[in-house]
Amino acid sequence: MDRKNYARIAALAVWISAAPAAADDHGDPERGAELFKACKACHQVGEGAKNRVGPVLNGIFGRPASAVEGFRYSKAMNRMAADGLVWTWDTLDAFIENPRQMVSRTKMSYRGMKDAQDRADLLAFLRLFSDNPADIPEAEPTDTSYLPELAPEILALVGDPAYGEYLASECTTCHKVDGSDDGIPSITGWPTEDFVLALHAYKQKLRPHPVMQMMAGRLSDEEIAALAAYFNGL
Amino acid sequence: MKMNRRGFIGATAGATAALAAPMVRASGDGRPRVVVIGGGAGGATVARYLAKDSKGAIDVTLIEPTRTYYTCFFSNLYLGGLIGLEKIAHSYGTLAAEYGINVVHDWATGIDRDARKVTTAGGYSFDYDRLVLSPGIDFIDGAVPGWDINAQNEMPHAYKAGSQTELLRAQVMAMPQGGTYAMVAPPNPYRCPPGPYERVSMVARVLKQTNPTAKIIIADPKPKFSKQALFQEGWSNHYDGMIEWVGPDFGGDKVSVDPAAMTLDIDGEVTKVDVCNVIPAMKAGRICEIAGINDGNWAPVHGKTMQSKMDENIHVLGDACAQGDMPKSGFSANSQAKVCAMAVRSALTGSSLFPAKFSNTCWSSLDENDGVKVGATYEATDEKIAKVDGFISKTGEDAALRKATYEESFGWYAGITSDMFG
Repeated sequence: MDRKNYARIAALAVWISAAPAAADDHGDPERGAELFKACKACHQVGEGAKNRVGPVLNGIFGRPASAVEGFRYSKAMNRMAADGLVWTWDTLDAFIENPRQMVSRTKMSYRGMKDAQDRADLLAFLRLFSDNPADIPEAEPTDTSYLPELAPEILALVGDPAYGEYLASECTTCHKVDGSDDGIPSITGWPTEDFVLALHAYKQKLRPHPVMQMMAGRLSDEEIAALAAYFNGL
Repeated sequence: MKMNRRGFIGATAGATAALAAPMVRASGDGRPRVVVIGGGAGGATVARYLAKDSKGAIDVTLIEPTRTYYTCFFSNLYLGGLIGLEKIAHSYGTLAAEYGINVVHDWATGIDRDARKVTTAGGYSFDYDRLVLSPGIDFIDGAVPGWDINAQNEMPHAYKAGSQTELLRAQVMAMPQGGTYAMVAPPNPYRCPPGPYERVSMVARVLKQTNPTAKIIIADPKPKFSKQALFQEGWSNHYDGMIEWVGPDFGGDKVSVDPAAMTLDIDGEVTKVDVCNVIPAMKAGRICEIAGINDGNWAPVHGKTMQSKMDENIHVLGDACAQGDMPKSGFSANSQAKVCAMAVRSALTGSSLFPAKFSNTCWSSLDENDGVKVGATYEATDEKIAKVDGFISKTGEDAALRKATYEESFGWYAGITSDMFG
């Protein structure tokens, strides 16, 4: 409650000083669009948005948790949904502040957004895609800055699942098979293409983690395909 | 999930065993038998993967004396007050209940390689088609003059986790104000290369809070140690002036102790100390000696399958084996266990044999929210397990990255312990 009021007051202050242009009473959606870049690695929103590593975020306000068709949620999120979690301004605000505190063992690998104003702005942006579902603004281009260029034949490779299972045993020393995120991100249930792109991004050292650059650095295209198939099926 | 797996095991075991039977010594129900000795990062992992991936087609027995296993990795964080002891304690219940592994709490005391039979202190015997030894380390007698296992209560090693770890923590907490904590560091090769230095960091962390005028002395026979620049930077950042490292230049390799007098002698200079953490030189767990598969202090293996160079029916994992470039760490043992499980399964059930891939990463905590790491990948050549690529944290990294690394180490702990114990 305090957080929300603070956000409102802060937003109001901006509104008073900055003239009646961005007249959302919660936050600044333009600034929120900037902040959303951090989410784009996994989530899409807007026209043509699809489920990727995370579920599509159109119409999130007022929607029960775990409700997007075709997305494989963590057990933890399904449990919260069964307990009646509905995404509202307050529940989203709390979740984004610290995902693992609100839904422990969620597979959302995000540390949290500590600043209340940042969250207010981000939610103001997301609400644009919930207010008038029939009038969805033009889709934001997917953030591809870290993604490698891959030939279509590499993306089309289908790996040997038995080999994928063996190779995966090297991943599960750190990444938990149950998909929970406990300081190391979840890698289960990703769309195959996202998985392949992410590993190639590490292999090409476009993504910055030293362990992952090292591990992906010696995987062949076929091995990456095998891993993607295996983890997609978990 | 569990129900399905169990149902599946029941349905397939008979069929697979019929195929495999001509190749192996049939167990009571016709399945090939694997006996694993030692239930740590190597042994628990290989047992779990054999049971899981063979879908019940291999009869797996795990012989481990302790009913509750305390991981040596992360035990330093308990010393530093960052976690409770329960965080590093694990049961074998899931391996027995969900994976169908026969968990035997007993000491393996004899191996008859011709008869392929293991005997235990409890008087039992177990036949095997393949034997996996993952016994960890034992200490070399007389390595630190004045110290032997009878003195481990006065001067704990705390290098096998559990009661020793609790004892060392209690001794640190009971140090008089301004007292001295001494560590006798081990020579290479030994379990967990950064372990002694992470331990010093964690002890310093506790002393800074409870006993800020206390001193720490490390007597070290090695001229340099793992992550040295990172540790020394961390010590100067967090515990400035508290820690003195005495390398071989200053007699760190000429050390003896007197547990009755609580003194440490470094090259003739005798110091009265309040805690003396003696980490002696190490060798492969004694069962390797009993099996007669050692060359010197360790058991040499072929990297592609982790088979002993002395006996093709025996595989050796983790700290106990001499394999090449991998450090003796829990991560390495876990990595080797998966290659071993694949090779054993292939030999006994005809499943695919893939190229061996190994990796290791060692996280160390300098303080709460200040973590560093070192890691490498490895492959098996005809001679050894050879390093392919590696990285190490850098000095001067910003606090946010160090915090992320620290949190990541907890993620790794959760990951590897699930991978070991289910």
